[in-house]
Amino acid sequence: MDAILLQILNGLDKGSAYALIALGLTLIFGTLGVVNFAHGALFMIGAFCAVTLQRILNLSFELVDETQKDFLGNPLKVKTPYVEAWFGPDIGGSIIDWAVPLAILFAIPIMIGVGYVMERGLIKHFYKRPHADQILVTFGLAIVLQEVVKYFYGANPIQTPAPDALNGVVNLGAAIGMDIVYPVWRVVYFFFAVLIIGGIFSFLQFTTFGMVVRAGMADRETVGLLGINIDRRFTIMFGIAAAVAGLAGVMYTPINSPNYHMGMDFLVLSFVVVVVGGMGSLPGAVLAGFLLGVLESFASMNEVKSLLPGIDQIIIYVVAIIILLTRPRGLMGRKGVMEE
Amino acid sequence: MSNFNASRRRVLKTGAIAGAGVALPTIFTASSAAAFTNEPTGSSVTLGFNVPQTGPYADEGADELRAYELAVEHLNGGGDGGMMNTFSSKALQGNGILGKKVEYVTGDTQTKSDAARASAKSMIEKDGAVMITGGSSSGVAIAVQGLCQEAGVIFMAGLTHSNDTTGKDKKANGFRHFFNGYMSGAALAPVLKNLYGTDRVAYHLTADYTWGWTQEESIAAATEALGWQTVNKVRTPLAATDFSSYIAPVLNSGADVLVLNHYGGNMVNSLTNAVQFGLREKVVNGKNFEIVVPLYSRLMAKGAGENVKGIHGSTNWHWTLQDEGSMAFVKSFGTKYGFPPSQAAHTCYVQTLLYADAVERAGSFNPCAVVEALEGFEFDGMGNGPTLYRAEDHQCFKDVLVVRGKENPTSEFDLLEVVEVTPRAQVEYAPDHPMFAGGNLGACNPGA
Repeated sequence: MDAILLQILNGLDKGSAYALIALGLTLIFGTLGVVNFAHGALFMIGAFCAVTLQRILNLSFELVDETQKDFLGNPLKVKTPYVEAWFGPDIGGSIIDWAVPLAILFAIPIMIGVGYVMERGLIKHFYKRPHADQILVTFGLAIVLQEVVKYFYGANPIQTPAPDALNGVVNLGAAIGMDIVYPVWRVVYFFFAVLIIGGIFSFLQFTTFGMVVRAGMADRETVGLLGINIDRRFTIMFGIAAAVAGLAGVMYTPINSPNYHMGMDFLVLSFVVVVVGGMGSLPGAVLAGFLLGVLESFASMNEVKSLLPGIDQIIIYVVAIIILLTRPRGLMGRKGVMEE
Repeated sequence: MSNFNASRRRVLKTGAIAGAGVALPTIFTASSAAAFTNEPTGSSVTLGFNVPQTGPYADEGADELRAYELAVEHLNGGGDGGMMNTFSSKALQGNGILGKKVEYVTGDTQTKSDAARASAKSMIEKDGAVMITGGSSSGVAIAVQGLCQEAGVIFMAGLTHSNDTTGKDKKANGFRHFFNGYMSGAALAPVLKNLYGTDRVAYHLTADYTWGWTQEESIAAATEALGWQTVNKVRTPLAATDFSSYIAPVLNSGADVLVLNHYGGNMVNSLTNAVQFGLREKVVNGKNFEIVVPLYSRLMAKGAGENVKGIHGSTNWHWTLQDEGSMAFVKSFGTKYGFPPSQAAHTCYVQTLLYADAVERAGSFNPCAVVEALEGFEFDGMGNGPTLYRAEDHQCFKDVLVVRGKENPTSEFDLLEVVEVTPRAQVEYAPDHPMFAGGNLGACNPGA
């Protein structure tokens, strides 16, 4: 029982990342009609915002310590971060320790800016082009972005730890007399994802801006005829979708050390999530994200793998095929939406 | 008329044979003047450095390339000579190889077998490389080794740790200086016994490809020989990034040791996930839970950061070794590049010198002469103590290091500490050992 509950938690946690990325993908597809294969790269750029802030906070000055030697036998250059020199070792150390949560504030404007530049600079030129062209150009953009990141940060994973206070494990089953030990940061990630998803839905549901965007998603032409500049709003939505992917990336860095390829690792899965959820359906994307995350976790269980060897590698695609055969529009896709 | 028909048939037959000959890739042919593939005829000789320049092991590949460039510099008489000064063989004079200036071309393996073969083929066919070396993956090494055997050039493997490279996939034209999975198991087992005792239950997570399989087999055999039980061996997809769903079952498996047969990004992520789930604080069967990473890489350990602290594994070489050869290499490399070399850089540098030395001793670039010079070659001064290139399988036998993630690193390079230098005799095995069975070196192929 403990094992099953643990895999549900793992699935929800994985699903959080899938859902956040798929939510952004669906927002872009639903508003602009663009199949954005560079969306995984936005997740990766978000993660590297955390890496960048960590490096900024660790910028150091060097003092030569004659008593210590480096690997070549020369006097050792001891590095002291400026932050620690300015605020003292305790406060400075805490600021460095909290680099990842602080990176949320750092990443939001950067990601909105990246999204804006990406949409205005490149993607808007492909609105009226076939989806195949959009896929090619955004996929190419994703490769360029990851190579740029690799040039500056290298190919190896870079450790970006969570704050000490949020490291370690918590027994989530203590209240019900069970032993369900789970990493604190993963719990934080799940609630963070729920918060972001809730925020996006509230924004679309309860604000005038959101109402206009939803109207534009349903009938862009009519909204345009009412004198509303829907393109500008859709550009802002692209920036918001980029920020969502970026924040998902920032918070993911303590779970797995980021590398330049992490966006591609999530991209294909996230597209499957969008298709399973139903193209253009925001609730569908979220539901499918969590569902596929949980199924993927269960497929990794030894009991399941012993019955169906290799199932953990294909489960998501098997489920996608079954759902598309039985519900061609996906779990929550509606007739007429995104259908020519 | 009949004469004409017979003549035409002959013309067609001759044409077909000639056409087939022309159509054959030039890699499998050679001019009648050449005694072997890419025989150097001018004042220089070209070596092919086939390393991952893109893809997940690009940083490791970059370090390998640095080592190759350093080796070429030393062979041509530049720099301080590095390990040429400590190498027991004194055939190398710093005037190139057999008096020919050493030049090189590079290829990008991308850590993909097909891309690695294509780049090696290009270096052999277009650039005239007489030897190919490099790589950071066993899959790539085995693929390129096979190509070099067919092409008639020598292959000096870079970082490849699968038993199969010098086991079932060994080739006469291929040589491996790096250690292998069996040696990791043989070196680690006594240390694990001293640290954790003989009554342990191990759980393996294994990367699902040739290297992972052979390492899992080797480590399980070595630990079971100590009396450990192996409760489960779980294969994980190479493309996996989040290992949480593979780690969770470990918690309830009754295991008190987790063996991570992972390398590169897989190792970084699985180790990080295992530590996140609190495995290291867990007490199972009345014992502290332990994690073992049989193959360590300093470059990769950096990605796992503090999570490597106190975790044991094995490595081919480490820059903190205090023998003359290691110190000479670290000094040369560190002075040129500003940081210490990785184990990948070390093995690539040594392989280049070993090839050059074999050519000098043989007095020829002919691959068969080089094979003869390397087979059974005993040497020292290259960082791992007295070393043998065994004739039967072209595997180097030398000391193996058991290392541990350092608790209090003094620099970003100071991540691992050497716990034990396992003597060569302890990691040796018979050429017909079952874990290496099924292969055949075959005959050396000079190509022409």
